[in-house]
Amino acid sequence: MSIFILKRLLTAIPTLLILIVISFILMHSAPGGPFTSERALPPQVEANINAKYGLDKPLHEQIYIYVKSIVLDFDFGPSFRYKDRSVNDLISDGFPVTLTYGSISALVAVLFGVTLGVIAALNHNTWKDYTALSFTFTAQVLPNFVMAPLLVLLFTLYLGWLPGGGWEGGKPQYIIMPVIALSTSYMATIARITRSSMLEVMNSNFIRTAKAKGLPYPRIVFKHALKPALLPVLSYMGPAMVGLITGSVVIDMYFSTGGIGVLFVNGALNRDYSTIMGITILVGTLTVLLNLLVDILYAWIDPKIRY
Amino acid sequence: MIVNQKKMQDLADNMLNAEEVQGRSLWADAAGRFMHNKAAVGGVITLLLIVIFTLVGPAFAQWSNEEIDWTVIGQVKTLGAPSIENGHYFGTDDLGRDLYSRVIQGTTISLMVGIIGSLVAVIVGTLYGAIAGYVGGRVDNVMMRLVDIFMSIPYMFVLILLLVIFGRSINMLFVGIGLVSWFDMSRIVRGQTLSIKNKEFIEAAIAAGVSNFTIIMRHIVPNLIGIVIVYASLLVPGFILTESFISFLGLGVQEPLTSWGALISEGAKTLQYGTLWQIGFPLFFFVITLFSMFFIGDGLRDALDPKDR
Repeated sequence: MSIFILKRLLTAIPTLLILIVISFILMHSAPGGPFTSERALPPQVEANINAKYGLDKPLHEQIYIYVKSIVLDFDFGPSFRYKDRSVNDLISDGFPVTLTYGSISALVAVLFGVTLGVIAALNHNTWKDYTALSFTFTAQVLPNFVMAPLLVLLFTLYLGWLPGGGWEGGKPQYIIMPVIALSTSYMATIARITRSSMLEVMNSNFIRTAKAKGLPYPRIVFKHALKPALLPVLSYMGPAMVGLITGSVVIDMYFSTGGIGVLFVNGALNRDYSTIMGITILVGTLTVLLNLLVDILYAWIDPKIRY
Repeated sequence: MIVNQKKMQDLADNMLNAEEVQGRSLWADAAGRFMHNKAAVGGVITLLLIVIFTLVGPAFAQWSNEEIDWTVIGQVKTLGAPSIENGHYFGTDDLGRDLYSRVIQGTTISLMVGIIGSLVAVIVGTLYGAIAGYVGGRVDNVMMRLVDIFMSIPYMFVLILLLVIFGRSINMLFVGIGLVSWFDMSRIVRGQTLSIKNKEFIEAAIAAGVSNFTIIMRHIVPNLIGIVIVYASLLVPGFILTESFISFLGLGVQEPLTSWGALISEGAKTLQYGTLWQIGFPLFFFVITLFSMFFIGDGLRDALDPKDR
């Protein structure tokens, strides 16, 4: 097991390095530097600015310095746009917000998705099953950027129950809509996966045996059926987590929650290279770590996988 | 005699004439299964109608997608509502541009993104996967580890990075989506190739001295078509969602061109003024297209995927 974890960790490192190198090279092949503006700067001034941000060194040296400062000091360098702030400052402002509603959304998606899927499977071909199925089908075509305006239309403009945006330190009424918008489509997918794997498990021999020896029904469902049925859900969690992180960009833009998503889009619109890179690397690291976690959990739960 | 003499006679005739039994091919079988799936057939019809709408629709438009109708400016809520009289069948957007033309134009772009993305995925992914699977060994190992690494990169962020650096344009979006589209496909194709390559007919081809490249192109790839079609059809809505996501953020397609994501984003910004048609029409097309595509994908999978038979 520990060898397996070590092996996976060793593949995670080249992944991150490739991500850094790709984005670094992309950044530097861009026409015009980050300080190009309508008014041409005197060459001396431009050279000074480039020297200050280390842009006058050869590319491989720049990458080395950049990676070194991230690994050793966890320092993403200064923001190219906000002169008095570092990328670390910007991220540490936004990241807790994203983390808060992101983890709540993940929790909601899993809890409701699994419950819905189990209920649908246990009531196969009844009205409960059909209701759950039609919900999952509808939610499939309602990604976060469609859900967000629809929720605002319903809860803010018609019913007037919830504020249309803002964060205010994470008061519940500001969290509800971002969480619903972010989690709905993942909830639906999780419900669909749970339903089909639960149906399969409930028809398998060991469940028939459990029924035959007269175990009480709840015990069959919760103790014997649920665990194997949740394995496909677990393997979906990796991509789902990535989707949640990506979706936070839309949430931050639409609900003005002030997470890292809005930083990213503004950075993209202002060509604030260091901020975009910092966020890309942060998100990349998070993705790789979450995938690692899912893989380890999978190997730990599924007795068929042995490393 | 209880036996029906007439039937017996017919049977005898049939045997005498030795009528050849018409065999059913794999594709005829699949087509039959697909046609029995009402949801999938409905999806195909809906999608065809939408495509026809994008082709024929411009002929009925009275405004182009760039023209500004100055008479409705400032009174979009009242004068810009959908109406037949002033030629704005779907109403106008916030700037007085005709939504009917813009929806047609956006639909074209969004559908194109889906089609081009899956074309790239099919061509690159199939070849990559087939080569990796057929050659095997160290080449396979290196090729698939590369795909693993690429897949664990959050591609949406890299895509946006690409758009920022090389300019936000629809062409760049096509390139970007093309670059990241084929990873899944290559994995699936590789798996399938591994199982095909040990079949007898490949062995026969090798024994007959056919070159590796010809074996891949003539014997492996045609046997992959079924599974490739299924996954390509499931990929199309994914690309449309990706494009809409990026355009929703204002980083994708640029004015005067538009797409579903950009239209939904514009409509979402003017929600509080009560001009609901501005989000309603693009959303309607977006939703029904995705619905039909999911139905078609499911139908194709049921019809072609040997696993579920």
